[in-house]
Order: sequence, then structure tokens, then C-alpha cells
Amino acid sequence: METYTLIVLTLAATLRVATPLLLAALAGMFSERSGVIDLGLEGKMLGAAFAAAAVSAVTGSAWLGLAAGVATALTLALLLGYACITHRGNQVVAAMAVNIMVAGLGPTLALAWFGLGGQTPQLDGAGQRFRELVWPWAQQARDVALPGLLYAELLSGHSLIVYFAAGLVPASAWVLYRTRFGLRLRAVGENPLAVDTAGISVNGLRYQAVLISGLLCGVAGTYLSTAASAGFVRDMTAGKGYLALAALIFGKWKPWPTLGACLLFAFTDALATRLQGVALPLVGVIPVQFILALPYALTVLLLAGFVGKAVAPRAIGTPYAKEK
Amino acid sequence: MSATAKLPRWAELGLLPLVNLLAALVLSGVIVKILGESPWAALKLMSAGAFGSQEAVGYTLYYTTNFIFTGLAVAVAYHAGLFNIGAEGQAYIGGLGTGLVCLWLGAWPFWAVFPLAVLAGALGGAAWAFIPAWLQARRGSHIVITTIMFNFLASALMTYLLVNVLIRPGQQSPESREFSAHAVMPAAHELLAKVGVTFTATPLNLAFLLALLAAAFVSVFIWRTRWGYALRVAGQSPDAAVYAGILPPRIIIGAMLLSGALAGCLGLNELMGSQHRILIDFPGGAGFVGIAVALMGRNRPLGVILAAVLFGALAQGGSQLSFDMPKVNRDMVVVIQGLVILFCGALENVFRAPLARVVAMFGNRGGEE
Repeated sequence: METYTLIVLTLAATLRVATPLLLAALAGMFSERSGVIDLGLEGKMLGAAFAAAAVSAVTGSAWLGLAAGVATALTLALLLGYACITHRGNQVVAAMAVNIMVAGLGPTLALAWFGLGGQTPQLDGAGQRFRELVWPWAQQARDVALPGLLYAELLSGHSLIVYFAAGLVPASAWVLYRTRFGLRLRAVGENPLAVDTAGISVNGLRYQAVLISGLLCGVAGTYLSTAASAGFVRDMTAGKGYLALAALIFGKWKPWPTLGACLLFAFTDALATRLQGVALPLVGVIPVQFILALPYALTVLLLAGFVGKAVAPRAIGTPYAKEK
Repeated sequence: MSATAKLPRWAELGLLPLVNLLAALVLSGVIVKILGESPWAALKLMSAGAFGSQEAVGYTLYYTTNFIFTGLAVAVAYHAGLFNIGAEGQAYIGGLGTGLVCLWLGAWPFWAVFPLAVLAGALGGAAWAFIPAWLQARRGSHIVITTIMFNFLASALMTYLLVNVLIRPGQQSPESREFSAHAVMPAAHELLAKVGVTFTATPLNLAFLLALLAAAFVSVFIWRTRWGYALRVAGQSPDAAVYAGILPPRIIIGAMLLSGALAGCLGLNELMGSQHRILIDFPGGAGFVGIAVALMGRNRPLGVILAAVLFGALAQGGSQLSFDMPKVNRDMVVVIQGLVILFCGALENVFRAPLARVVAMFGNRGGEE
């Protein structure tokens, strides 16, 4: 029974860690499938996390925070689009610029506006955060042996954004594979010339993709500062944007495998927390750093073609210049 | 008129970066204004903080040293058509090499420790760059992604080593024990005192000269050797390189080894020159600043040195700023770095066409006279 509780709690933690990863990875999927490298996930999330926490702290509404977070991430996405699509700037450089700029801007504005040394005020008022939703009878079900705990911890007890992220996977798969927009999006990432020849605007499609990425990064960032924790702190994304990118690659740029990769990476994270200083039979104490490094190592192995093969969209990273 | 505007060489290498830098600084000024402080006062404070005294200059050049190493690292890879985002991790592992030599050979005289420390730093950085390079050359893995992953792997490895292996017994913070006095880079004020010049004590040390030497070496290597020529051909036109009998995989690996070795020298300045121990996260983002430095310096060694001085001044002047302006903290420097990368790198085409028109206008007028 003890072990069982531990397992269920670890899985519940996995879902919570996976949510921002999944949102960001799906964001990256839309952008990269259209042919635009999305290294800017980190910066867009971080910017959204700051804006959401700041607005929620001032207005007292998590929903206004969400609006601000999404608006910020969309603005950054537009900036990236302007640099990379309109002006055909280097996509990697533009994303690094945004990531670095936002990493500095959040704490700078937080200090100037709130005077709290680079943080936003603690969000503890009612309605300032996206709280866990407790499903009907979850408390009572907890006592009903096995399925009860599963229901109470795994299904119930997450914030709205977690359920949104879960629903987003089939929705993205449907958009990508079952709609005209999805078909065009995939085509523009593989062969933009063909799309252009068909009379469809390559840059228009890419702007739409980049904006979708901004939208989802906005939700992911909002989750970090107003659901997973109570406020913005310096560098709170802590590489999650890059980890999401790794998950996207690990998921071979497809929605369902990406979900699997996010869950796997989140599970290693939850496991690392659980196993901190715990001696396992046979192997002894596994250093936490090794477990945390696992997703990165796995992604490198996959990219190297040692574990399956990840093939990027063919036109990724190359700006499209219409022949004149 | 061609589709992408062409600029004369002086404008491409001098005017365009200056215009881009100016745009970044103007926007930074707007942000300072939004924060509720005066941009002019901030600029004055920063320049005084960076160049106003011997101490200021010493600290500025000390930061500059780090940025020359990482800037050169990014620039060398760039000439081979590779984008090395992994300078941060390569600097971290290179520093481990330097640090281990300093810890192990502390009893040896300085003249024996010094070359080994340089070698270990370069080897460490090169080793960390080798795997992404090999994967790019032989397996076609995208080097941008793999070098990012290797930054995280370096960070995990170093945290493990510092927390579990290298930590000084009986200490809480993850740091190694201090290097012995033999295994420390001579400081600039000590060296200058020997030739009769008095200079305030700062962390500026011999590594600064090494950085300048490295820049000279890169300059000769890239533009005066067959190797450098092959590297540039492979970077600009991989197909032409193959026809010319140049093997791109070899170039990729060679360029990344040199790039990693340059980044790996950061520990000579930061650990051997200033901190005198191995500590957590000592590169402190210098690997990423290297991207800005290389872009700003147009990937040329002299440009890299100038840009590194600029970013060194920003780093030093920025800390001065945070002392004197309560509403501005050191993170403002990071914002400026980001804006410089944005304008000098991603948005470089924005000003190119208008600038080309202006330059052409003046050029024509000159012709008519």
C-alpha cells in the first residue's frame, strides 16, 4: 500500500511537471513544422510567466494574468516572426536574443515595479492563481483503496491548465493531420516552393504558426508563475524551454509521441525528486544530477541515430525568398 | 541593384555594426527611461564605472578577457558555417581541466603548471566540443541542438563533481579547495609593479595577454593558412569545398575542436586568474555573451576584441549602475546584451537596405565632383 501511494503521487507529480513542457513542445511543433526553428520557447515562456504574475499581482485576477502572459508571448513571437520571416534573419540568433533579453527584462521590470529584488509579489489572494480543481467526491474516494486514490490524485486535483494541455494533444493532432491548415503547415515546412506555387503565402502560414507557438508558450509561462508556483522568480523556466525542444525532437515532431516524450522527461524529473538521497538495492544512491541529465543524453543519442531516428522538417531554419 | 543590398567593405564592417549597436543602445535607453531613471545619467555612470579609474579599467579588461575567449570560439565555428551555442559548456569543462591541473600540481613551480593548465583548459573545451562536432560530421545531428544539450550535460556533470567529489571537506557551498600560490595566474598589478608601474589591485591578470595572443593566432590561422582557407570555403560553400577536395566532416570537427579549445581557456582567467578555486557555474553566461561578441565583431578577431571590450565595459559599468541607481539592477546589462544580439544579429538586414541607399547616394555625389 505504501509503495502504491508513492507511485501514484510520483505519477501525479509527473503530470504537473509535464504540463508546461507539453504546452511548450506543442508550441514548438507548430513553429518547427512550418519551417521556423523555435529556440525561443524559453524566452517566450519566461516573458509570459513574468507578465502573468505581475498582472495577477496587481489586478488580483489569474485570468487577466493569463491574458497578459499570452499577449506578452504573442508579442515576442511577432518580434521573432518580424526578424526571421519578414527580414529573413538567422532564426537561431533571433531566438537567443529574445531568450537573453527576456531573462534580463523580467527581473529588471520586477525590481522597478515591485521593488522586491527581481521577483513579483507572492500570489496568495483568492483568484490570483489557477488553483487545483477538486473533482466531486475526490476527498471521499481517497479512502476507497486503489482506484479511489488514483481518482483523487491523478484525475482530480490539477489546475485547469493541466487539463487544457491534455486536451491540446488530440486537438493538435487533429489540426495537423485532418485540416487544410495542418496540411499546408506541414507542406510549408517540407517544401515551401510547392506551397508558394499553389498560390498560398509561405510567410503568411509561417506567421500563423509562429503566433500559435506564442499563444501556447503564453499559457505555459502563465502555468509556471500562477499555477505551479505563486509568483515570478528570476530564471524560473530554468531550461524548460530547451527541455521542451528536446521532447519535441524526441517525439519526432509529432503530437502523440511528443506527449510520450514529455511524460518520460517529467517522470525522470519527478523520480529525481523522489530518489534524492535514497539508497536503492544493488545500485545504491543514484546522483540526482544523472537522472536530471537523462533527457538531454537521450535526445543526443536519438539525434545521433543510435535510438531510432529523428528527421526534422526539411525546410527548417531556411527563410523563404520568393523568386523575383 | 541586387535583391540583398550590398555595402562597401568599410560600411559592412564598421558602419553597419555601429548603426545596429546604436539602435540597441537607444532602445536600452528607452527601457531605462521606463524604469524611471535618466538614460543620460545611466550612460555617464556606466562609462565612469567602466573606464573612470584604474580599478574600473582593470575590472573591465578582466571581464573582456572572458568575452574574447568565448567570442573567438563562436567566431571560428561561424567561419566554418557552424553555430556553436555550446561555448558555455565547453568553457565549463575546459575550466574543470585547468582547475584539476591547478589542484593536483599545486606543489610544482608556476612555469611548469602554467603550460599544463593552458593545455588542460584547451583540451577540456575541445573534448566537450568534439562529440557534437563528430555527431554533426558523421551522423548529421544538428549542432545547434546538440551543443545546447551538451551545455546542460556539462552543467549536470559539474554540479555532480563539485557536490560529491571536488567539494572541500566540511564546507557547505559546492567549491573546491583553493589553488596553491604556485598555481595562480600573476595579476596585472604584480606584473606592472615589476616594470615600475603602479596599478591598482584588480582581478586583471596574465590571461588577458593570452586572450590577445589567441586572437592573433585565430587571425593568422583563418586568413593566412591553408587550413583556415579550407575552413572558410567549407563554411561558405560546402559543395565547392567537396569539388576542391576539402572534406567537410574533417573541417567541421577541426573547427569545433579549435572553437571548444578557445572557449575552454575561460577558466585560465576566471579560475586561475581570479577565483583561485573551481566553483559552481563560473562561466556565468560568458558563453552566450560570446555569441553577441562574435556577431558584433563581425567574426573578425580585431572586431571580437573591440566588441569584448564593449561587453566587458557593460558588465563592469552595469554593476556600478546597480550601486548608484536603486531602480536598475545588473539584469539591465543582460537586457542590453540581448538587444545587441537582436539588432546586430537577427535584425541586421533591417538597416542594411536604407544604409546602402545612403552610402550609394554619397558615393554618387563624390563621383560627380
